[in-house]
This record gives sequence, C-alpha cells and structure tokens, in this order.
Amino acid sequence: MRFVDEFENPVLARKLIAEIAGMATKPMSFMEFCGGHTHAIMQFGIRQLLPEYVRLMSGPGCPVCVTSQKDIDRAIALSQFPGVLLTTFGDMMRVPGTTYTLQEASAAGSDVRIVYSPMDAVRLAQEHSDRDVVFLGVGFETTAPGIAASILQAARLGLKNYFVFSMHKYTPPAMRGILDGGEVHLDGIIGPGHVATITGSNAWKFLPLEYHMPVVVSGFESVDILLTVRMLVEQVMTGKAEVANAYGRSVFPEGNVVAQRIMDQVFQMADADWRGLGVLPMSGMAIRPEYSAFDAEVRFEIPDVPSREPPGCRCGEVLRGVIEPPECPLFGKICTPDTPRGPCMVSDEGACSAYYLYQTEALG
Amino acid sequence: MRKEELITMAHGTGGRMTQQLIDKVFGTRFSNPILDRMNDAAILPVGGGRLAFSIDGHVVSPLFFPGGDIGKIAIFGTVNDLAMMGARPLWLVASFIIEEGLPMETLRKIADSMAEAVKQTGVQLVGGDTKVVEKEKGDGVYVSVAGVGIVPEGRNIDASNAQPRDVLIVSAPIGNHGITIMTLREGLKFDVEITSDAAPLNGIVEDLLKAAPHVHVMRDASRGGLATVLNELSSASGVGIEIDEDTVPVEEPVERACALLGLDPLYVANEGVFVAVVPPEEADAALQAMRVHPLSKKAVKIGEVVESHPERVVLRTALGAQRIVGPLSGDLLPRIC
Repeated sequence: MRFVDEFENPVLARKLIAEIAGMATKPMSFMEFCGGHTHAIMQFGIRQLLPEYVRLMSGPGCPVCVTSQKDIDRAIALSQFPGVLLTTFGDMMRVPGTTYTLQEASAAGSDVRIVYSPMDAVRLAQEHSDRDVVFLGVGFETTAPGIAASILQAARLGLKNYFVFSMHKYTPPAMRGILDGGEVHLDGIIGPGHVATITGSNAWKFLPLEYHMPVVVSGFESVDILLTVRMLVEQVMTGKAEVANAYGRSVFPEGNVVAQRIMDQVFQMADADWRGLGVLPMSGMAIRPEYSAFDAEVRFEIPDVPSREPPGCRCGEVLRGVIEPPECPLFGKICTPDTPRGPCMVSDEGACSAYYLYQTEALG
Repeated sequence: MRKEELITMAHGTGGRMTQQLIDKVFGTRFSNPILDRMNDAAILPVGGGRLAFSIDGHVVSPLFFPGGDIGKIAIFGTVNDLAMMGARPLWLVASFIIEEGLPMETLRKIADSMAEAVKQTGVQLVGGDTKVVEKEKGDGVYVSVAGVGIVPEGRNIDASNAQPRDVLIVSAPIGNHGITIMTLREGLKFDVEITSDAAPLNGIVEDLLKAAPHVHVMRDASRGGLATVLNELSSASGVGIEIDEDTVPVEEPVERACALLGLDPLYVANEGVFVAVVPPEEADAALQAMRVHPLSKKAVKIGEVVESHPERVVLRTALGAQRIVGPLSGDLLPRIC
C-alpha cells in the first residue's frame, strides 16, 4: 500500500517510537476515547511497538456500542410499526437487541434501509410521501450536525413524514463518567480527532482543570497517534496537564462554529442512558420542542419492551476500560463478528471487533 | 422458543457467512468429490480430458458504472472463474431476470456490452433464458452466466496446491471496482475519477502459464477482496501466508477514498484482479510475463507461503508490527464516527 502523506511515514513513525521509549521511564496508561483510534492502533500494530510500560486502553467512543439495550430494542420495535420505513447507518443493522437485530427484523418484513447520509433519508421521505420515514440518529458531535441539518432541510421542504429517533450523545460526559467511576487508573487521554473537529479542543479543557488529566487530540494515521503518545508521555514526565493538539490540520480550539450552531438549533441537552455507564446527566441530545414535528418519540408511541443485555456480554466493562476484550469469556468463542453477542463486536468502532479482526496477541 | 433463521444481507458479502451458508445448506446435501474441492470452477473428467464448469450471478446496482456495467462483469466473471482453474474458456450461457418497466434501451446497452465482452474474451454465447418479474420484484435486471472451458493437459491448478516458499503475486492494484460502486452509491465525487477494474483474465493466464507452467493456484480476488481470497487458499492448502503491507498495490485515489470511508482496501471487491501462487523458481518469469500484458503491467510480489501459522494470513505492517488478516466478516460498511 502506498503512504499518502507524511502522517503515515514509517521512518518518522519509528523515530517517534524510539523517542517514546527514551522518554518514558515509568509505567503509564492512556485511554483512547475514540473507537476509530482503537481500530487504527490495532491495524498499525502500535501496541506491539510501544514500550511495555506505556499502555493504551480503549474507551467508550463508539456510538453504536454505547447505545443502551433499551434504545436498540425500541429502534427495532419502531421498524415494525405499519407504514414505517426505517433508515439507519449500516453499523446498527447487526447489533443484537434482546430478541432480534434490525437485520433480522428486515428479513422478517420490516422495511429497513441503510443510508450513507441523513439527507438520503430526507430524499426517501420526499419519494415516499405515503410512508413515515424514520432516521435512527446514533452518534456523537461528529454526526449530530448533519442529522440536525436533515431536520432543518425537512422543515424547509415542508415534509410531514420525516422523523428522527435521536439517540445522539455528547462525549465529554462519558469521559467524566469514567473518571468519576474511578475503576481505571489513567495518566492521559488520547482525544477524539473527529469529535474535536466539531467541538474544538477547548471542549476537553475540563480534564486538566478538574482532573489534572493531560489530553492530546489525535488524528488517525500512525504518525498522528505516535506523536500524540509522545506528547502525552512528555506531559506525564514533566508533571504537566493541559489540552494539546496533535491534529492541527483538522482541529481548532473553538471547533466548527457553524456545525455547533446547527446542532444547538435542533438539539438540547437531556439525560441519556449509556451502555456501560448508565444514565449520565445532560449527556444526550434531545430534539427541541420547536422541532417536535420531526421527533420520532413524539410521533410514535414506541413501546417500552422489556430489555435485557445479552447474557455474559461484558461490553459495558470494555467501554469503561475495565477489561480488555479478550478477558470476556465470550470473546472469540461464542461472540465473533459473524455471531456477535454485544455491539462492541459489531461496530467498526467497537473494541472487540478491532481485537478480533487484528488478533495480534494470537501471534504471541 | 427457537428463533427462526432467516437469510440476511450478511449472507451475501462473500465472506465467512457466505461460506457458512454454502457449507451448511448446499455442501452437506450435494457433497461429492468435485464439489467438495470448492474451487472457482468445477473440474470435470470428460473423455480423457478435463472440462472446467462454472456459474456466477450478478445483482450489481447501479447497472452502469465507470469502467463497466452488469453485462460486462457477468461475462468477465465467468470467463475469469474458468481461467483461474487454468482452463481456456469456450462457451457461455446466460440467464436474465428482468424487472417490468426496464427501458428496452437499457437491456440493449447491456447486450451490446456483453457482445463486446464475448468478442474480447474469444468465447461464444451459445444459449440463454429470459424471465420477466413484476415491478419492484427485481433491481432492473439480474444476469447469471454459466460457462465451460477446457483445461489443457499438464496444467494442475487447485486452491489446495499452495506450498511453503511459493511466491504470491497480485496482478493489479486492488479495490478499484468496489470503491467505484461504493462512491457512486454514496454520491461521492473525487478529483480523479476511479473506474472499475473489470477485465478479462484469460489472456493474462495464458501468457503467465507459458512463462511459468507450474503455477500452483490462481484465484480471482472478487467479492470479499484480496484478504478473503488469501484466507480461502491458506485454509484450502493448510499453509500460512505472509504479506507485506507496503507492497500491496493500491492506487492513491482508492487509498484516499478508503481512508475517507473507513474501509480497508484488502476487503474491497475487484472484478479483474487475481492472485497467483507461483513456485519460487518460476516467480521472476511469472512476474515478467504478467508485466508485459497491459491488464497486469503493475503485477507485483506481495508475500509468500510459509509453513508456520497454517491457515492464517499475517500482514507485516509498514511499521514492522504483525497482525492477522481474517476473512471478511459482517458487511463492508463505511464508518459513521
């Protein structure tokens, strides 16, 4: 494979690895918040290349994974409403609900369609005026502005048949939840590059201020991640704690103000239930009353089905960084990408899926 | 209560679940020495010679895309499956499931393209069937093509023939076809247009086998991509495979599109790319012969067959780490975060 630019330059990467090994003289643990980082780290084999005492652990940054079992079940129930055409990003299709997955509901008769953008869902609503088109809004600050824009677009078009089931979440409360839980010892955070592109790196300032926790916002190429780790090691070794940015080509301190404005126009903060973290205050994005005509929870009386997390599944602990995926007894045995028991094995951002796909430890 | 098992889209990706579907539903019921080899084409002993026989169905949407169309890939698909067994493809038959309301002109364009593909590959279309289904019961048109070819004496190509020390050669840059279709479906536009790699492989195979008559395996890296094909042949041969990340050929626009969509090019489908497993003493000759051919001028060595870690494909990353490359599982989906 070719290396598109300097962010993947192997020579530079090896130099950074050597610098990290030289600088870090005591054990330290960093959490990569974002599941995209977990996948990149596994794909590049970065864990193998770092000194043993610099530990990376995966965090809660997988939108599909942190969706609560109840919300998954309610989404599936929504697909079974007569006349509903349910649209979703692909990741949600194979997440096991208490009884079914959306993919199975689709095979059994629900009309579920994968879209690549919420604007495709708006288009479907225009084309199918006799159907109620519902978009499953799963995501963080990264996807929320686009989904907010789809509601504004539907309002402009005067659509009466486009609805969003908002399960969107804000990322900072999750990080707070993990630190307040005190189950894992952390020396620094690898900040989510895509999220921070929208929120700005300033959104993470509370970590050094309130928790004396270093944060470095990272890109997704090997050099980005290694540079981030080096910057974190440097902060730890000098006793500093600040928000630094190793992804300057995309992230600015104040973020994408236009996207933030659109997001705030449509969504307001509400409590939300997270898999693994429970209900976190003011961590969810609910649709504002002004746009309630597009709120699936207002339009439909979604039944509260009795939900149960998959027996034996330890996704919750994986999301909190308490265990690594192979420590779950289901991992790789009963739970594989073809027969996933929990969402962390399904999503392309899930830690279990990354560990399974790249199984580096199996090489010994 | 036991949940009823249903076919889901994940059964159609060409990865692990497709394999399970074939094994459990068909493999068990029809087991025989020819089927059980699970090659790209069945090899049939006929009157002292050997016939290769294969079929492939096509359900691609959109029907036309940069670099090809459903008709062209239907012809090439079957010709390529036959060629992968070392056969000279000769005769094809085609089945068309057509949706009510399809413009006649669309069908004519597909037929024109198939006629051209037939000419290009030197085969004949000798039979066919058409059926029409009601509106919304099909995606415009589905095309299936079956074909036969003759395997010349002395050729012994089989998915189970890979030997330690064999060299792996990939015929062309990977990922172009799948990325073409995916970017078209998503309405993405890039500065450089990416076109499908749809291409007939029988010409290259003839040149390759002339230069390297003892090629052990050839495999079309279609659905499931290069990674899935490497896994299939490492299990069929009971050997390990090692490849180097920085030698796997991916064109820059494809690499960028994959990065944007969060896809690994190793899993993206191709329609005119194959892997040849060649004994080391013939590797240079094989590479030279392939590079002369316009459709495989970028052929390159990507790795080798090894004795260690049987049935596993290991990739050496550019940074010097190692990781396992499994077959495609689940769907190939763009990321959302």
